[in-house]
Amino acid sequence: MLAELGLAALWLAAALAALQLGAGMLAITPKGAELAGIVRPLAVVQGVLVALAFAALVSRFAVTDLSVKLVAENSHSAKPMIYKIAGTWGNHEGSMLLWVTIMGLAGGFVALVERRLPERTMLATLGGQAFVSLGFYAFLLLASNPFERLNPVPAEGNGLNPLLQDPGLAFHPPTLYVGYVGLSVAFSFAIGALITREVGPAFARAMRPWVLGAWIFLTLGITAGSYWAYYVLGWGGWWFWDPVENASLMPWLAATALLHSCSVLASRNALRAWTVMLGVVAFSMSMVGTFLVRSGILTSVHAFAVDPKRGSFILALLAINIGAALVLFGLRASTVSEGERFAVTSREGALVFNNVMLSSILGIVLLGTLYPLVTEAMGVKVSVGPPYFTPMSAVFAVPMLVVMAVGPLLRWRRDRLARVRAGLLLPLAASVLAAVLAGLHGGVALMPFIGLTLAPGVVVASLLPLRGRRLRHVPLATWGMVVAHLGIGVALMGMACDSAFSVQRLVAARVGESTMVGPWAVKLAGVAPVAGQNWTALEGDLVASRDGSGPVRLAPQSRTFWAPVQTTSVSALHTVWDGQLYTVLGDEVADDAGDMPTPASDLAHSRWQLRLWWKPFVPLIWAGGALVALGGALALLGRLATDLRRYVARGKIVDRKQRQALARGERA
Amino acid sequence: MIKSDMLKPKHQRLVLLGVAVVALLGAALLAVWALRHQASYFYVPSDIVSHPPESDRAVRLGGMVVKGSMHNAPDGVTVRFLVSDGKAQVPVRFAGIRPALFVEGSGVVAEGHLVAGTFVADNLLAKHDEKYVPREMKDMGAARKAVAQTQ
Repeated sequence: MLAELGLAALWLAAALAALQLGAGMLAITPKGAELAGIVRPLAVVQGVLVALAFAALVSRFAVTDLSVKLVAENSHSAKPMIYKIAGTWGNHEGSMLLWVTIMGLAGGFVALVERRLPERTMLATLGGQAFVSLGFYAFLLLASNPFERLNPVPAEGNGLNPLLQDPGLAFHPPTLYVGYVGLSVAFSFAIGALITREVGPAFARAMRPWVLGAWIFLTLGITAGSYWAYYVLGWGGWWFWDPVENASLMPWLAATALLHSCSVLASRNALRAWTVMLGVVAFSMSMVGTFLVRSGILTSVHAFAVDPKRGSFILALLAINIGAALVLFGLRASTVSEGERFAVTSREGALVFNNVMLSSILGIVLLGTLYPLVTEAMGVKVSVGPPYFTPMSAVFAVPMLVVMAVGPLLRWRRDRLARVRAGLLLPLAASVLAAVLAGLHGGVALMPFIGLTLAPGVVVASLLPLRGRRLRHVPLATWGMVVAHLGIGVALMGMACDSAFSVQRLVAARVGESTMVGPWAVKLAGVAPVAGQNWTALEGDLVASRDGSGPVRLAPQSRTFWAPVQTTSVSALHTVWDGQLYTVLGDEVADDAGDMPTPASDLAHSRWQLRLWWKPFVPLIWAGGALVALGGALALLGRLATDLRRYVARGKIVDRKQRQALARGERA
Repeated sequence: MIKSDMLKPKHQRLVLLGVAVVALLGAALLAVWALRHQASYFYVPSDIVSHPPESDRAVRLGGMVVKGSMHNAPDGVTVRFLVSDGKAQVPVRFAGIRPALFVEGSGVVAEGHLVAGTFVADNLLAKHDEKYVPREMKDMGAARKAVAQTQ
């Protein structure tokens, strides 16, 4: 019953979106002006309805209602509750429903609170939002109905891919989706502003919190996803340039560029058409990302299901949305008046450079991700990996990071490098020192050497905007910038240290044997079977000690799930201040070729594969990512506080005027 | 001074557009050049036997693991096996922890280099779960059948 209610709510929401689109577009014409009043309520009700539909699906997963096809295919009654609920979006249909839910809620929220823009721009914006949503509703209702029933009802569900049964999964996709959808709001603002030709600082200020919010969530999503891949896959790597990872990186790059050009537009009224264009590109990248992930068109460790029909549906949506936006941009860009001027050496100049470099990296990643598709169309199968992505993106990332060190010190409009030169000596010294130390250490390859050199300079330079200021009076938004830039430096340091200094050992160890990896001696003390709610495992008992210090116990597992039957290795990590010890338990080794594995009673006598890494300073990567997100959050809080103060002040002014008028009236 | 380092608004817009277009074109050209050199091609055993790639080139090899061909080296971590597409066989060497679904008679995609006739794999991609099959493996129904018939 609840499934049918959910489906009905979804259809209703779609109908309201169609109405919202029509009313929004009519209301900005002189004839349809009386429709203006219904657009905002429509957006709010649509948001509530789609949220109800999503709640209905979550409830079906929570109680494992196997008469719903989606639940039967992707869930299992013997799963911990958190994974039953997370399983709602661990599949294609559910994740698309999550997407439209977040989109509907965001649209409703904008309709409810955003009052700064001219009403006509708001109507066009909400119309644009409805246009985008409508495509996704059509996709859900026509090509991937999540509420489809199953007859006869199976006795048990198929279960969820064990790789996805992880706390990371519970939060990773929703986080990314909030990011993607936040960019859809920015896109709608850009469309609204283009339609009514109101591209200016007010538009940038209205759009900025959404871009910032989306960007924070994308940053968190990428950071969490990277850590998830790091410890779940058990390969010791934290970024594989996998198409799905790239799909989340591309919107992030575009959003980062948009964020920076948005602040130029908000505070300096420059880069008008540029910002609108980036707004279109950022959401396009979210859709390209969704297309790549959802269509399963590229080989990926993340792809759940390969369904070309769905792929072509999303591709059509992508073409319609981006095509329409680009046509609109082409028609209107020339009527967007020129922004304020600035010199090359200025804060604006540095931000333009940042934008161009970010866009170039985006281009590199996009081409590398799509290249296998292009060659496959010509009958040649290729894959593109780190040897392409890492150096090619570094070509643009390195100059960008250098400018990032200088840019925040420059004044708006016009400045001289000579003025900031003295301040830059400190980061330069840090970089030179790091280069010398890395050189003395020796054996560092080119890419990590560049990273090791650059990172300390970026870290020091990121703090320079605080120099000579009273810290209590520094605006929150400035703190945000400082913390986010610091995070970039910290993450870069972690990446460089990982690729420069990581040590790996691969051994087949007997119980009682010790292996050295970096400064650690790791002893295999035993292997024993253990069991969980829906799995059994062999668990290694590792005792690690460093330079004779107190031993640490690690317990990597080789875990077998029974629904569906699948074995995964669960790594065990030990984090210390200067790095991470990473251990994976592999197979039991048959001593002679073709031998059957020894019986369970004999676990202690055979040899076990162990893969051990000592990774100095690797946690800095995710600490840096978290700092970047924290910086974004500080900036968002600062902006919102400013907006709120302005709002309150405006209210007070109106209030005072009213009281004055009243007083005058009494006197008269 | 003021006039010289600031452009007229219209010119500024053109310059910005120019800078963006040049940078993006540069990035695209660089990408195309690098992709031609760095993309890793997908081979099946009969291709790799007839046109062996250079040893410094990363490639991928896909096929079926021949039954009875898997041998563990004494070090306990290296495994040798044959990969076949029904027409040719290539010896593969891999040191590391094998993916759970990697067994004799199943499909595999190996990433690595061809060194003196032996494929040295850095990584093995086996079927990741029941639903996920590497796209390259989907077209190999015929090869799979051929392998099954020869044994």
